[in-house]
Amino acid sequence: MGVGIQVEKLDAWFGKTQALHDININIAANHATAVIGPSGCGKSTFVRCLNRMHETIPQARAEGRVRIGEVDIYNGTSATQIRRRIGMVFQKPNPFPTMTIYDNVASGLKLNGFRDRRRLDEIVERSLRYAALWEEVKDTLRKKSGASLSGGQQQRLCIARALAVEPQVLLMDEPCSALDPISTGKIEELIFQLKEKFTIVIVTHNMQQASRVAEFTGFFLMGKLIEFDKTEKIFTTPSNKRTEDYITGRFG
Amino acid sequence: MPNTTLLSNDFAAAPVSVRRRLTNMLATGAAAGAVLLVLLSLGAIFVYLVYKGIGAIDWNFLTQIPKPVGESGGGMANAIAGTAYILLIASAFGVPIGIGAGIYLAEYGRHRFGDIVRFTADVLNGVPSIVVGIVAWAVVVVGHGFSALAGSVALAIMMIPTITRATEEMLLLVPNTVREAAYGLGVSRWRTTLSITLRTASSGVITGIMLAFARVAGETAPLLFTAFGNTYWNWKLDQPTAALSLQIYVYANSPFDEWHRQAWAGALILIVLIVASISAVRLVAGRGMLKGAN
Repeated sequence: MGVGIQVEKLDAWFGKTQALHDININIAANHATAVIGPSGCGKSTFVRCLNRMHETIPQARAEGRVRIGEVDIYNGTSATQIRRRIGMVFQKPNPFPTMTIYDNVASGLKLNGFRDRRRLDEIVERSLRYAALWEEVKDTLRKKSGASLSGGQQQRLCIARALAVEPQVLLMDEPCSALDPISTGKIEELIFQLKEKFTIVIVTHNMQQASRVAEFTGFFLMGKLIEFDKTEKIFTTPSNKRTEDYITGRFG
Repeated sequence: MPNTTLLSNDFAAAPVSVRRRLTNMLATGAAAGAVLLVLLSLGAIFVYLVYKGIGAIDWNFLTQIPKPVGESGGGMANAIAGTAYILLIASAFGVPIGIGAGIYLAEYGRHRFGDIVRFTADVLNGVPSIVVGIVAWAVVVVGHGFSALAGSVALAIMMIPTITRATEEMLLLVPNTVREAAYGLGVSRWRTTLSITLRTASSGVITGIMLAFARVAGETAPLLFTAFGNTYWNWKLDQPTAALSLQIYVYANSPFDEWHRQAWAGALILIVLIVASISAVRLVAGRGMLKGAN
């Protein structure tokens, strides 16, 4: 089951540049929430703060309170512990090139010390089925490298890899921006099914995509959360002038 | 009338200027010539070695130790084994240290101290091998005597900078998105470095190791006053040990025709051993590679 995310007074920096200012947001469990905004508005930084990936960049830091379910992720737990509960899918598909398709999916568990072969087989198959990739790769699971797949397949492989560790939240940072429309359609369908089990936060440049897949949408501008509401409301009757300007294409 | 050679639709049929064709021929010719020169010099060395050395290679040469001066026959078995032995121990020191330093430079060395280490490695790479030999002599041999260990230390010192820099460069070629994928799965940093980053870069790192290996395999100067040479078998770490390069050096400098022939044979064996070990490593490492992996 997915869990909700509460963000309070979140600030983030790259060195001396502040990238996020006082973000407060409540993300509902088992729904998809879209994060939109022009380039450089801090939307990627925001989702990277939700699994403490932000701090892997040299001199980057974040302050504030982020609660994933019952866990205060910036207090009293380690970053690696947190990231095992929160899956992440990146902008560019990034399968491990030296690993087979099977090992790519199993990597999160194997590298964290999981050894039960039979359980692994089950989890790999289930994760690939979730990611709607099983039928396409089941015959070459242990023969082909993850990097030998097409771009869209690679991205679904990365989704399967993220799902294999059974996270409660799935963060997607522009998961379709490097994909063709057909692959994009497949992944959007996937998001629909996945939110029954996971809470999804998806960063997107594509406003149609946000309106297609997400129940809630947050609009970011220059490191601030300008508006956060039901997707329908954001795209039909936004309460903030700047949101309206952005979604009607007056800038951005 | 517009310029038809540029604007006509059937540009494929337009004639290529003489100047362009000439330039093309010249450039292709120069590149082919360079390749030929490289292949020719390599081939010449090998052919000459075979021509001079093959006659002296027989079963005795490969299985017997040298005979005393004046007696005919004998072989270089102990030197062949000694070279393999010294190289193995040198690699046991040099490979892990070199890879470790390379990992440090690539993953943690983005600051001043890293630059100092890089500079040091580059300087060490340029230190003449005889100087490395003297250092190993001063540090290991003095007080303990000539030994296989001392020779291995000298060769390891020569291997380290090559392996370090190759490892660093290969790790830096691994896209950061691959590291992020692992971090995103909750994999710790050291585990990511060893199981993901180093593994992704492994074919390049292995090439670096092989380069370092091939470079020191035939070194003579650093072994002169470390391993020293030995006309008998030795497997003890703390005893002088024969090596092919040393044996070749001694035999080539001798006044005896038979020893000259054996020196040629030794050189041939040395080259064959280097090529064989590199090919073997490539084969074994290549078997782990996957279809479609880059």
